[in-house]
Amino acid sequence: MNKNTPFIAVCVALLVGLVLPLATGASAPGFYVEVLLGGLMAGVLYSLVALGFALIFKASGVFNFAQGAMVLFAALAVARLAERMPLWAAILVGIVIMTLLAWFIERLVLRPLVNQDPIALFMATLGVTFFLDGFGQTVWGSDIYKIELGMTKEPVLVLQNLFQGGILVNGEDFVAAIVAAALVGGLALFFQYTPTGRALRAVADDHQAAQSIGIPLNRMWVIVWAVAGVVALVAGVIWGSKLGVQFSLSQVALKALPVVILGGFTSVTGAIVGGLIIGVGEKMAEVFLGPVLVKAFDLAGGGIENWFAYVLALVFLLVRPQGLFGEKHIDRV
Amino acid sequence: MIYRENGQFKSSYAADQQMLPIGQDRVFMVALLVFVFAVLPAVLGDYVFLSLLIPFLILTIAAIGLNLLVGYCGQISLGHAAFMAVGAYAAYNLVLRVPQLNFLLVLVLAGLVAAAVGLVFGIPSLRIKGLYLGVATLAAQFFIDWVFARVKWFTNYAHSGSVQTAPIEMFGWTIDSPVEKYVFLLSLLIVFTLIAKNLVRSHIGREWMAMRDMDVAAEVIGIRPVYAKLTAFAVSSFYCGIAGALWGFMHLGAWEPLAFNLTLSLNLLFMIIIGGMGSVLGCYFGAAFIVVLPIVLNQVPAWIGFPISTAMASHLEFMIFGALIVFFLVVEPNGLARLWAIGKEKLRLWPFPH
Repeated sequence: MNKNTPFIAVCVALLVGLVLPLATGASAPGFYVEVLLGGLMAGVLYSLVALGFALIFKASGVFNFAQGAMVLFAALAVARLAERMPLWAAILVGIVIMTLLAWFIERLVLRPLVNQDPIALFMATLGVTFFLDGFGQTVWGSDIYKIELGMTKEPVLVLQNLFQGGILVNGEDFVAAIVAAALVGGLALFFQYTPTGRALRAVADDHQAAQSIGIPLNRMWVIVWAVAGVVALVAGVIWGSKLGVQFSLSQVALKALPVVILGGFTSVTGAIVGGLIIGVGEKMAEVFLGPVLVKAFDLAGGGIENWFAYVLALVFLLVRPQGLFGEKHIDRV
Repeated sequence: MIYRENGQFKSSYAADQQMLPIGQDRVFMVALLVFVFAVLPAVLGDYVFLSLLIPFLILTIAAIGLNLLVGYCGQISLGHAAFMAVGAYAAYNLVLRVPQLNFLLVLVLAGLVAAAVGLVFGIPSLRIKGLYLGVATLAAQFFIDWVFARVKWFTNYAHSGSVQTAPIEMFGWTIDSPVEKYVFLLSLLIVFTLIAKNLVRSHIGREWMAMRDMDVAAEVIGIRPVYAKLTAFAVSSFYCGIAGALWGFMHLGAWEPLAFNLTLSLNLLFMIIIGGMGSVLGCYFGAAFIVVLPIVLNQVPAWIGFPISTAMASHLEFMIFGALIVFFLVVEPNGLARLWAIGKEKLRLWPFPH
């Protein structure tokens, strides 16, 4: 398997995703582009959550099931705080809360479990998930809350001269995509050029080697969990403003799991590309494949986007077990 | 003093390999069986059977199934409630379409269908392992949830997608009252416990454990990973399929498409973490814990004169669940079964220090 395999795989995936609906010829190109854009927007949000997974896995080797719960927790915090203070202040306080949370998790969960199996750590994050879900709703309430980002929710018609009927684009989605891109860029710079970022990369590379040259492992873990918390906060705020802040948010965030395994646990690039593939694939499947399935098997409705992402990731894994951009794992006896 | 094994010599291989090697354990087991079969049905009310014992017995079967896969074979699964769903719907359709079948046969067939589905979703385990596999099993959960919610044939074209069952009759015995259900389930549980106990100490169980401890090394010494992993998936899904059928017919009676959702899968996982991975006894403890905890959490605030709303209670339940799981992993990663073993070890010496 050569170095270009991920690239080729992405191309194949995109090709299938792009050509399949057009080949069926069921839709106008304008509608098709709309679906594509919708998928990409959803994909950006998946990428954001997946980014949190990838960061934590890289730096501490923990597969953090609680990322979805962190998204919900952060979104709830911001939504409720924003009722009493301006939004920017609420977001700042939210960041402080997520940092505190990272500190607590490191102290109470990670440190006692150091050197345990990855499976045990994963189970512990399952516990953290349940705790955060309950805690968040106890402290912040369990109704549906709104986050007003002050953006227009009116869809805009663009490119009317290119496609018949134009394309409906949601202005908010667009801003969300830009914010996500800026966040990814900022993180890349942070990891590449700051001393902390360099230390984090060292920890990700080899825990023991990093520790032996004097990098404080525990502090690095707090930092990376805090960063993941902030990423969760951004995802939660954007998503919350789109769908409303409610419990189902943490379920939606579970979709980031197939994204990370598709992209490879350890890869930030993988999280982003995987998110886009899953986002687009899912929307395409829902819109173009769903009706076909419903007709063929006489189903009681579509809703295949509930599982499509997982099955897509599963099929990818059968071909490339380490994910698109993951490092190949070699077992030694 | 009382619990000691001095003077109990083993003079044959059969004696050496028996399940309860210590005489006092055998006495205790007989007493326990008499207690659960004869005393409990006589003294307890219907409420205890319906809300505690019946779910406990069924979930224990499911937990044993999951433990065979996760605790013994080391293949993590986040989607085992899906196999319970397969069993439940298979049993429903069998009873509906072939009404003359004996229910025991229906159970076995439902288990076999679940095992077949489990085999299919176990295939990825040959390529991917560990946490990747955990996420891959989520595919089973969501896909199977969706199939039963959408494909109308499985629910017999029921309007709302929910299905209903009638009381079970076999050998002229209608299993209707809570006590009858309890006795039936208890007998099944004992049978399945014995099967599981014997499986894990047979060559198959040893292969599973070798796979769990290090799959590459196991392969090097001649264990076929395909065979070991897929049998674990099949047996585990078989158990869960039967548990699912029982859950549907004996506990729920009527159920919605999403009765077997991700939460149930995670609960099964918690049972084996809290009870103890790789321990059949632990499944009993874990299932008991998970069944009892919500009921206690609902009652306690009322007892101490501080009533809380149901919503608040369910949030608190989530929190306490989560905190307990972390607590157990930190304090005793081997679960309640390990505490039990430590207690027994202490009891052997008591009251002497050495």
